[in-house]
Amino acid sequence: MNHQRRDALKAGGGLGVLGLLAAAGMIRPELAQAAWNKEAFDAKTMDAAFSAMGAGKPGESADVQITAPDIAENGAVVPVGVVSNLPKTEQIAIMIEKNPNMLAATFTLPEGTAADVQTRVKMGQTSDIYAIVKADGKFYMAKKEVKVTLGGCGG
Amino acid sequence: MASPMRIRAAVKDGVTEVRVLMAHAMETGQRKDSSGAPIPAHFITELNAKHNDKVVLSAQFGPSVSTNPYLAFKFNGGAKGDKLSVSWTDNKGDSRTDEVQVA
Repeated sequence: MNHQRRDALKAGGGLGVLGLLAAAGMIRPELAQAAWNKEAFDAKTMDAAFSAMGAGKPGESADVQITAPDIAENGAVVPVGVVSNLPKTEQIAIMIEKNPNMLAATFTLPEGTAADVQTRVKMGQTSDIYAIVKADGKFYMAKKEVKVTLGGCGG
Repeated sequence: MASPMRIRAAVKDGVTEVRVLMAHAMETGQRKDSSGAPIPAHFITELNAKHNDKVVLSAQFGPSVSTNPYLAFKFNGGAKGDKLSVSWTDNKGDSRTDEVQVA
């Protein structure tokens, strides 16, 4: 009785995996998201993400400010704001060092849009948040540690 | 079809402040369901905001952006009654566009 039940579960699980493959692999509309920087978003190390963005090794700048709580009670929703006082800021990226995928978001700012964006991110654990700013062709960064008491990834 | 976004756009002293709350699961692909099978990733990848027909912000998201993503930004210009539209596309090819008038 028990044995049969296990087999049935296994069969069910197998079907589930097939379904996943179809959903994740085959029907994925690659063309529609050609512009999405997959390499940067899939990067598993900070250096890899920097180089995928063409950022090299950005230097720290006091003109880039991160607004985030010192302690986040809920890692699933951590408000993060980035302000850049650098002239000609054209791009802002937010990275979380200890997340499985570090790069959270990039923002491209056309002329006339303020270098001041706010969003919310997930954090798996206590980590440094990095803000990478591209201004006038050069990359700058700032970082801030946020302590997480309850993780927002996995679980 | 995804649920509508909530968008607020208000102009003050020549600067328009835009706040957007999207309704999206933003599944990371890291989580597992009760039977242990991974839940496939499903998240917004690209977002564009347009003031009338001019792009004022374009963004790319990864799975680290929180569920029901929130976004706030400011741009110069804009007047009451102007059109502001926000559209996103997710990794499964779903997309949604919503439009409001600048208040």
